[in-house]
Amino acid sequence: MFMQTGAVQAAGFDGQPMTSPSALPVTWSQAPVVTGGSVLGLVYDGGVMLLADILGSYGSLARFRDCRRLMKVNDGVLLGAAGDYADFQYLKAILERKIIEDRAHDDKFSMKPASVLSYLTRILYNRRSQFDPFWNTFVVAGIQDGKPFLGSVDKIGTCFQDTQVATSLGAHLAIPLLRDRVEKYPKMTEKQAREALLDAFRILLYRDCSAFPKFEIAKITAEGIEVEAPQEVSTNWNLHSAVH
Amino acid sequence: MQNVSTDPLRNNSPRIAGTVYDGHGSVSPPVWHGSAVNYCRLTKTYVFRNQYDNDVTTWSPQGRLHQVEYAMEAVKQGSATVGLKSKTHAVLVALKRAASDLAAHQKKVMPIDDHIGISIAGLTADARILSRYMRTECLQNRYVFDCPLPLSRLIARLGNKMQISTQRYDKRPFGVGLLVAGFDEQGPHLFQTCPSASYFDCKAMAIGARSQSARTYLEKFLDSFPGCTLEELIKHGLRALRDTLPNDVELTAKNCSIAVVGKDLDFTIYEDDEVVPYLRSIEGEERRPVPAAAPEEPRDDGQDQPPRDPEPDVAMET
Repeated sequence: MFMQTGAVQAAGFDGQPMTSPSALPVTWSQAPVVTGGSVLGLVYDGGVMLLADILGSYGSLARFRDCRRLMKVNDGVLLGAAGDYADFQYLKAILERKIIEDRAHDDKFSMKPASVLSYLTRILYNRRSQFDPFWNTFVVAGIQDGKPFLGSVDKIGTCFQDTQVATSLGAHLAIPLLRDRVEKYPKMTEKQAREALLDAFRILLYRDCSAFPKFEIAKITAEGIEVEAPQEVSTNWNLHSAVH
Repeated sequence: MQNVSTDPLRNNSPRIAGTVYDGHGSVSPPVWHGSAVNYCRLTKTYVFRNQYDNDVTTWSPQGRLHQVEYAMEAVKQGSATVGLKSKTHAVLVALKRAASDLAAHQKKVMPIDDHIGISIAGLTADARILSRYMRTECLQNRYVFDCPLPLSRLIARLGNKMQISTQRYDKRPFGVGLLVAGFDEQGPHLFQTCPSASYFDCKAMAIGARSQSARTYLEKFLDSFPGCTLEELIKHGLRALRDTLPNDVELTAKNCSIAVVGKDLDFTIYEDDEVVPYLRSIEGEERRPVPAAAPEEPRDDGQDQPPRDPEPDVAMET
């Protein structure tokens, strides 16, 4: 990763600029490198659905075109990750270790979504308190005590639960759209939830220049987790000529 | 066994055949009994009970750790406590002792978390250390994982902690046995822990002084416990505890504690006046319902044990 030194060059005793990195505050990992964009999550009647595109951007360059960002944590928890992809991979390894530990106990206890969200929150908050945050926003979905659970935590450890969640630009663009649907269909079916997510994702694709038409969609219900193979959203660019 | 003066400065301690002591210019040839005995020679004269019990890590040739077994004895010096569970609840009842007429009865039941509590037999001070550890673990789990710690995991961690002191020469085992009652998503649980660091998942159990009588009672009614209501469970517990008492002693509001935990019920301790209704519910019943089947309860003096535990049989050397 990048090691950055202070942007403004400081002057030493002799009036010469201090160029030695050791003379300046050292910062590590203070900027994301390869990033994933929006993750959308929506609670419907009996389950939760997550959607994320599969682009790993390098700045504004569409660098990696098959970056899966939805993860099955265990049989009852789904995770979506936005932000730095390397940080996500690191946290993924931590989570996988925890899952193996749980299974090694062989006592039929496994982490519930609220526990996964809390665990991630503690890790993220701890790192931001060392001024070295993991540059991610996570969306955790699952079934908690028989009810759909959807929550999110960001890189400074702010954590909340809601019936619709979106990260990155989606938090601005998609949330109002999803809320409209929730208001319109308070007891949303799986089909309606899928439509709502796809419609929101399509708007994101049109407006968010770092979005990508290929996406993954996953649902979690009492029956378990289903992560679908990547697919492409239908778009209509007929109005494109009128934009200019 | 005779006692030997332990004053090494006055070199006139009586010698007993076979006793190693530190009289310089002793007429008996130095005897090499291993390092533990050598240690005795260098410090002061005393009669040891056993060659192999000077520290906890020394095996006896029979393959036993005497210090650990002595610690198991400490549990039997403590006053009795009984635990049992149904399909929905777990109950602890405990017999409290007062150190003197001037002292209040020592509390024996401690809450660990909303869903877990313990009752103890043995050294109260050691139990306090263990309960602090268990509380810390439960709180930590709530902080990190936002959920109560499953009982089996807590007990496993506690077992690991207790084991350490049975494998280091500079430590001693915890001199306390615990009954841990709790409720988690897999239902009610009752665990017994020992100073030897073994622990047992129990349907019902009694530990402490004269607890064999309580276990006899529990075994007799074991099959009925799963279907019991909370009230019936408490009554069974109290009857079992009453069976550990000498004939002239009764359970009273002062010497008895009850604790319950279960489905939609946080761990709750009943003390003093709160136990009166429950005591009343078994009042007047005949104390030993099966005199024919069990004519003579082993009236031990704390020499009884759960069947799985080793009986200390200390080799004496004088």
